[in-house]
Amino acid sequence: MSTSQRPLLITGVEFVDGSGGDLLIIDGAFVDPDRAPADVERVDATGLLALPGLVDPHTHLREPGREDTETIATGTAAAARGGFTAVAAMANTQPVTDTAEAAEFVHDTAIREGAAKVQPVGAVSKGLAGEELAELGLMARSRAGVRMFSDDGRCVADPLLMRRALEYVRAFDGVIAQHAQDPRLAGPGACCHEGEISGRLGLGGWPAVAESVIVARDVQLAELTGSRLHVCHVSTAESVEVLRWAKQRGIRVSAEVTPHHLLLTTDEVLGYDPTYKVNPPLRPAEDVQALRQALVDGTIDAVGTDHAPHARQDKEHAFADAAFGMLGLETALGVVIETMIDSGLIDWFRLVEVMSAAPARILGLSDQGQPLVEGSPGNLTLIDPGARARVDAGDSLSLSRNNPWHGRDLPDPVQLTVWSGRITYRRS
Amino acid sequence: MRNLLSAADLSAEEVFSILDLAEEMSEVQARPIKKLPALRGRTVVNLFFEDSTRTRSSFELAGKWLSADVINVSAKGSSVSKGESLRDTVLTIAAMGVDAMVIRHSASGAPAQAAAWTQIPVLNAGDGTHEHPTQALLDAFAIRRHLRRSDPEAEIAGKKIAIVGDLTHSRVARSGVSLLRTLGAEIVLVAPPTLMPSGVGTWPVSLSTDLDEVLGEVDVAMMLRVQRERMSGGYFPTPREYTVGYGLTRDRLAKLKPGAAICHPGPMNRGLEISADAADAASSLVLEQVAAGVAVRMSVLYHLLGGEEDQ
Ligand SMILES: [Zn+2]
Repeated sequence: MSTSQRPLLITGVEFVDGSGGDLLIIDGAFVDPDRAPADVERVDATGLLALPGLVDPHTHLREPGREDTETIATGTAAAARGGFTAVAAMANTQPVTDTAEAAEFVHDTAIREGAAKVQPVGAVSKGLAGEELAELGLMARSRAGVRMFSDDGRCVADPLLMRRALEYVRAFDGVIAQHAQDPRLAGPGACCHEGEISGRLGLGGWPAVAESVIVARDVQLAELTGSRLHVCHVSTAESVEVLRWAKQRGIRVSAEVTPHHLLLTTDEVLGYDPTYKVNPPLRPAEDVQALRQALVDGTIDAVGTDHAPHARQDKEHAFADAAFGMLGLETALGVVIETMIDSGLIDWFRLVEVMSAAPARILGLSDQGQPLVEGSPGNLTLIDPGARARVDAGDSLSLSRNNPWHGRDLPDPVQLTVWSGRITYRRS
Repeated sequence: MRNLLSAADLSAEEVFSILDLAEEMSEVQARPIKKLPALRGRTVVNLFFEDSTRTRSSFELAGKWLSADVINVSAKGSSVSKGESLRDTVLTIAAMGVDAMVIRHSASGAPAQAAAWTQIPVLNAGDGTHEHPTQALLDAFAIRRHLRRSDPEAEIAGKKIAIVGDLTHSRVARSGVSLLRTLGAEIVLVAPPTLMPSGVGTWPVSLSTDLDEVLGEVDVAMMLRVQRERMSGGYFPTPREYTVGYGLTRDRLAKLKPGAAICHPGPMNRGLEISADAADAASSLVLEQVAAGVAVRMSVLYHLLGGEEDQ
């Protein structure tokens, strides 16, 4: 990474504790603002709130394999626009990120072309097949320094393979991130929350219990092995109950929730619009309430976008035949502000925790999620908390347009993102 | 009526209007020369993403007897494998200048999505495990005719109808419940709990897992087809057990009220959900349902396409 950037002086910022001041970044780290040199680049941030750079534990960047839908360059540009300075890139690329070489490809490409740090997530099993362990240790030892492993998109359904994976990564403090979906209970046709709407529309049901039984099994395996488990995109009240029990018991489990599961409900699928087809599916309002509460009380640790770009031709099918997933990086902060801050459920300290500090800890990234103090890496995002806009799916830095928020009025706060002292996004 | 996507979209007045016109159309069906000029110059496309000779032929005859030009497009498996989206397929057909699309698809909601993408009237000819509204209309037509044989003023309102079998996967059941409720029928759904749709408790029907308990009270027993894949899917233990629990056996035939009608959307698994005795009983409407299918579809096509010239 280049260290020859001009020093950056940001003046008049507000901090989450209500205090104000200036920030100076030299050689990629915060230093005493009084030591600003003459050739400094100045940014006037009067009236803007400074947050540590956001960290997404769950992004799909599609490179290699589907560069028509997203690349590391475009995905990280979208991330920067959303206020993120680091993202974890899930392993379900083509080929799958299941070797050290594959992880290094993502890592190296991001260093060359990325507008944010990209931490590759390694596959748990070879080819995501759920049969044999991938080379977890070699990925951990590689330049990419992989710490999180996940077959995301698929569940590690075999309990013995899950046990072995948890045991194995203890050697290097790895974490197994599980896409909790029992493949028998939520079978091949499952595409919509199982309930009144799926029954009426005749859509294959994805029952809540298919998630919570896997979470229950996995937290017990995490207890047995003493290892770290991370539960991806928790979507049900039942899973929250299991997580609450596990945390009270001291089991090393963390969990994330997506912005869309904090705001949208299964009612969105009533028109069969495949934009709202996502895995796990959107759930009823009671689950949304339980997820918000779990993010308040710490049962859920982090927000993860599950940013899942898709080409038009992969989405414009009958609902059951369309690809799963929706975009999320550019709108995540706005949705969390709408659902959690504006509703008074959490304060800015908690927002920083769930969107920056906690995800960095879960991913094992010591250069991310740090407070905005001298000596910290120069990552931040400047936001205007009151700014709102109508979301336009056409106006995006992602290569894809499967944006579930199109046409909605949402907070649109991000004004400037700085990653390691370098401006990666600036509102024009 | 701009589209016919779901039986739930139809008001009682619209249903009566369709059924009454279908009565007139059925007279045409009985003539030696079966041709009305109503849709001359109009083009109807049968866009079938899923095979169904029976339904396709019925729509094809309905269109032709109204003098429409009918083309059949079998898109089964083609578009997805070629990378073309459903939207592209629908817009391509629409761009050719057709006047209505009759769509059959293995996925629920496909006709509704098509209707959202194009201005051309869309008629749902069966979508996944969702709906099959013309089937519900033809069932109502056949049932009403049956009732009127003994009472010319008879209506479906107030009659009790049992719908029996694989309710979870049945588009016939979903459309039937909506439409027959709209007409004021009382409905009891009968199935093992594994074949009851999720959320069925909120439907405007009563539920039973005991066919023998309801059989003596109903005016119509509508038996649903059991699909082969359900037999190995763990929905019930064996075909034998299904028949003993939920088949319209010869013994159960004797429990029906005198004159109670038997319906089945076909094709029948004789000996599984319906015995030969029941299928061929005097009160069985099975073949009348097929005949009613053409008349009802003529009426629906006329309602979708024929009205414009009158305005
Ligand atoms: Zn996932």
